[in-house]
Amino acid sequence: MTTKEHANWSPYDNNGGTCVAIAGADYCVIAADTRMSTGYSILTRDYSKISKLADKSFMASSGFQADVKALQKVLSSRHLIYQHQHNKQMSCPAMAQLLSNTLYYKRFFPYYAFNVLGGLDSEGKGCVFTYDAVGSYERVGYSAQGSGATLITPFLDNQLKSPSPLLLPAKDAVTPLSEAEAVDLVKTCFVSATERDIYTGDSVEIIILNANGVRRESEQLRKD
Amino acid sequence: MFRNQYDTDVTTWSPAGRLFQVEYAMEAVKQGSAAIGLRSKTHVVLACVNKANSELSSHQRKIFKVDDHIGVAIAGLTADGRVLSRYMRSECINYGYTYESPLPVGRLVVQLADKAQVCTQRSWKRPYGVGLLVAGLDESGAHLYYNCPSGNYFEYQAFAIGSRSQAAKTYLERKFEKFPESSRDDLVKDALFAIRETLQGEKLTSTVCTVAVIGVGEVFNILDQKTVQSLINEFEISGEEAPTNESAAEQSGGDAGGAAPDQGGAAAEEEAAPMDI
Repeated sequence: MTTKEHANWSPYDNNGGTCVAIAGADYCVIAADTRMSTGYSILTRDYSKISKLADKSFMASSGFQADVKALQKVLSSRHLIYQHQHNKQMSCPAMAQLLSNTLYYKRFFPYYAFNVLGGLDSEGKGCVFTYDAVGSYERVGYSAQGSGATLITPFLDNQLKSPSPLLLPAKDAVTPLSEAEAVDLVKTCFVSATERDIYTGDSVEIIILNANGVRRESEQLRKD
Repeated sequence: MFRNQYDTDVTTWSPAGRLFQVEYAMEAVKQGSAAIGLRSKTHVVLACVNKANSELSSHQRKIFKVDDHIGVAIAGLTADGRVLSRYMRSECINYGYTYESPLPVGRLVVQLADKAQVCTQRSWKRPYGVGLLVAGLDESGAHLYYNCPSGNYFEYQAFAIGSRSQAAKTYLERKFEKFPESSRDDLVKDALFAIRETLQGEKLTSTVCTVAVIGVGEVFNILDQKTVQSLINEFEISGEEAPTNESAAEQSGGDAGGAAPDQGGAAAEEEAAPMDI
């Protein structure tokens, strides 16, 4: 009977895009497309959603890029403080917890960011952490977030040959695939998602982390 | 002769217009182990003497990285120095967050000096008992500043603070005119020689000193012990005399690494008050 008045202005916007990360035995692949949109328009075809948080931690985030940028800056500053206090870089699991706490800190005015954190743990094994907007997180073997996530996740479930992340007790889910196979799979994911998701496309930026360091690859995607 | 009546509070002036508590704080700096700094157009080198309480203990850290482009060496109450370093780091991080660019060194030393001044004008506080040699690189070039407990700060071509620093200053005064054009390695060599002067005959080894460098293309970093020892060996600094090719440099005024006015301050009342200069 009584109608509620709604705001005609929202503090949030969705800039679209898809992020993926896959953990291997001694590597980690983090990838995101480079299209930034608003509504049905493209803002730019060349925007990076991936940020280096530490030597062994990279974060890819889709959602509202202004919030993503703010989140990246906060984490960056916190990492500097950590380095001054501990004289070393943060480990990936430590960064994962910091990201969770930072997100929950704004539980009642959240960062509109859907994050996937990828890196190497202290044993050199690949680790991927996946988040919701308010900091709930879990270590997994692979994850996809963003507008194309629903198209990519079932494909990865099928192709990565990892134990299902939905099984209990949670099994260590790094993929037995090689680094080259995983990178190739990621490219296939994005090519397929680009076909059906209008917010994914232009190009995909891929970061590969392993014992030798960091490598960056880029592949063109359909621009329509 | 009136010192004892007017030195209880930092907020009490003496009849001669001095704040004795602040001067006593500067005395604390002179009691700390030596720290020196020197700069060229492109690099700044900090070095300090590490004195451990006993053979069993480790030595205190006197050089701190504040940011990629700023580092600091301290002399005096190291605890105060640690706290001020934390403040400096925090300021650099906040500036970087807001402006996405490195905090200019000159801005940081002013903030530090203002912070020190506050403690000279509050009855419930005491002055910081630490002198800081701030070395940094920004758009306007390489800089070396000295921050005093009094809240004053000065820019230097080269400077030394702490106990027996006069010996290092004498060495630096002879050499400072060639510093602007010195190479990085020559600066480090001169730093080690200057440190050796403060040791008054004791052997210079990498366990007794710490060296840090910042320069164009080189973020602030503390040299590891092996590197320092190999430099000492290479320059044969440990027991030798300083090289005989020193220029007979006249002492110039201004902000050159001249004899610091506040070195001789705390004696008789008739002398010029240290902070006047």
